[in-house]
Amino acid sequence: MKPGYYFWSGDIAAAEGAIAAGCRFYAGYPITPSSEIAERMALRLPQEGGKFIEMEDEIGSIAAIIGASWTGKKVMTATAGPGISLMNENIGLAAMTEVPIVVINAMRGAPSTGLPTLIGQGDLMQAKWGSHGSYEIISLYPDSVQETFDLMIDAFNYAEKYRVPVMFLIDAMLAHMYEKIYVPPDDEIVRIERKRPTTPPEETLIYKADDDLIPPMPRIGEGYKIHASGLTHNEKGYPELTPQAQERLVKRLNDKIRKHAEEIWKVEEYKTDDADIIVVAMGSESRSVRLAVDLARREGIKAGMLRLITIWPFPYKFIEKYNVPYIVAEINYGQIYHKVREYTRDVELLPKMGGEIHKPDEVLRAIRRAVQ
Amino acid sequence: MNPMEEMRREEEKLLRTDRLPHVWCPGCGIGITLNAFLRAFIRSKIDPNKLVVVSGIGCTGRAAGYVNVDSFHTTHGRGIPFAVGIKFARPDLNVVVFSGDGDLFAIGGNHFVNAARRNHDLLVIAVNNFTYGMTGGQHGPTTPTGAYTTTTPYGNPDRPFNIPHLAISLGAPYVARWTTYHVNQIQNSIYHALHKKGFRVIEVISQCPTVYGRRNDMKTPLEMMHYFQKNSVRKDDASFEELELSYNGKIVVGVFRDVQGIPTYEERYEDIIRRAKK
Repeated sequence: MKPGYYFWSGDIAAAEGAIAAGCRFYAGYPITPSSEIAERMALRLPQEGGKFIEMEDEIGSIAAIIGASWTGKKVMTATAGPGISLMNENIGLAAMTEVPIVVINAMRGAPSTGLPTLIGQGDLMQAKWGSHGSYEIISLYPDSVQETFDLMIDAFNYAEKYRVPVMFLIDAMLAHMYEKIYVPPDDEIVRIERKRPTTPPEETLIYKADDDLIPPMPRIGEGYKIHASGLTHNEKGYPELTPQAQERLVKRLNDKIRKHAEEIWKVEEYKTDDADIIVVAMGSESRSVRLAVDLARREGIKAGMLRLITIWPFPYKFIEKYNVPYIVAEINYGQIYHKVREYTRDVELLPKMGGEIHKPDEVLRAIRRAVQ
Repeated sequence: MNPMEEMRREEEKLLRTDRLPHVWCPGCGIGITLNAFLRAFIRSKIDPNKLVVVSGIGCTGRAAGYVNVDSFHTTHGRGIPFAVGIKFARPDLNVVVFSGDGDLFAIGGNHFVNAARRNHDLLVIAVNNFTYGMTGGQHGPTTPTGAYTTTTPYGNPDRPFNIPHLAISLGAPYVARWTTYHVNQIQNSIYHALHKKGFRVIEVISQCPTVYGRRNDMKTPLEMMHYFQKNSVRKDDASFEELELSYNGKIVVGVFRDVQGIPTYEERYEDIIRRAKK
């Protein structure tokens, strides 16, 4: 897109952010409230020489982008609700075979079909734990249309750099909300490309990691004779079904994210410096919490907000940093609350079952209660 | 060097010999099918660096692990959409899906149906051994009615897919069926299919003496081969009824559809890119 100001929804910003990040392959299946991402990609990708395909379901969609990623393309899919549940099988495949993909999940009221057009934050734990097994992924969650665009660049850069699925969370409110947005000139956008092998095929073990624990990734068609399998595998990519191979591989898959966690963490610390009470919030919910913090300050309560932008790996050091009572405001019955409670005992849950965010008054009352 | 020896050497280059021995049971038909595929591929003179083999899960799903080209052992049933992603992203590659009947037609059935309908430029080699071999011989989407398996101890009440008819109904431009008895025909069929475009389906009926044959009056690989030999009939213009498979009954083989000129999804999308860039 030409640099300048636009009036876009979160869905459009996500699609345009992906294209700006270099995404040139999208496979998806329509589902509210993410469908406009697919519509935008169908319109825009062929203009950029990219490829868009509407698949038969979400399972096929994520399988297709994993395959396409092996050709060297930056790839994405987007879904929501039941669709993300269906994708979890192959999120595990992408994590296990270390394939860079970006998956957008526009969270809606749930469980099951739930509230397709209304907000939910019920997939925060699923983002990390959705597929079977112990693995690490990266998950990001913006709170505005502008941040959606900007953060998509980071999402692709992280996926490429760490060879990992990035679960990009938005929510139904953000997906459909229109805001003014600035698109920077193309040369101001920093794009990271995945590492490629520097040795010839006959000297390359395709799953041998460098010191950063990330193996360079060959492309299909260049003679590397790639073999990738969801089975536990060795550095050749060959199945090796032993406890020793399992420990080597799975430990590295986890460590390559954990050891780089601080580079991945993004947290907004809003008026937390002198705070006596901190509300933890994410996504659209944080817009209400921000106002509640301002209202509390007017009453003389030193409130602050920690807005988690990186949800996974969980930015726990920011929780440990403040020795104050916490409130976790989220649109579920307690998810990130449990993560926060791992790092502080003084924490209260402010839940909401879904369909709407907390009203600033509700958050304000919780802040007042907490400081009494 | 005699031609057989030369062929063996060429084949070895296409195998990950450091992974042998393979997981398949003695007498299994998957190796026969893989061998036919490799020979057909060698004859085709296609650059091995432009060949991609994708498998799902199961006994046949292990094929991708033995071919010495870019090869992917994916998740159960998802070989076809994974291959769709590769082919659509890089239309210059030759993408072959080599997988089994349960993988392609039960858990992966929706992907097969839709990829065939869209006419993606993929060659699908579907090894049909009438059962889920890897998990111990349960009945699957191709088990003949009446057959005995570990989950049909009183005989199979289910009805099997008519794979060639299914593929034809979806407009697949090349559809063939052989048994592992027809080694030369499989090889020729794959060779021809490698030079064609669109969604090409070759069903290879294969013996699984270990978990299927022994429960269905064919204890040894040889008995299963005899069954294929005696009961196979070539009929390229076979009707729906003739293409159906019955329990230990007749097997109609042949090339049931071979048409040219149907645009592939990948070709049609090139036109979309031209229109979008106008």
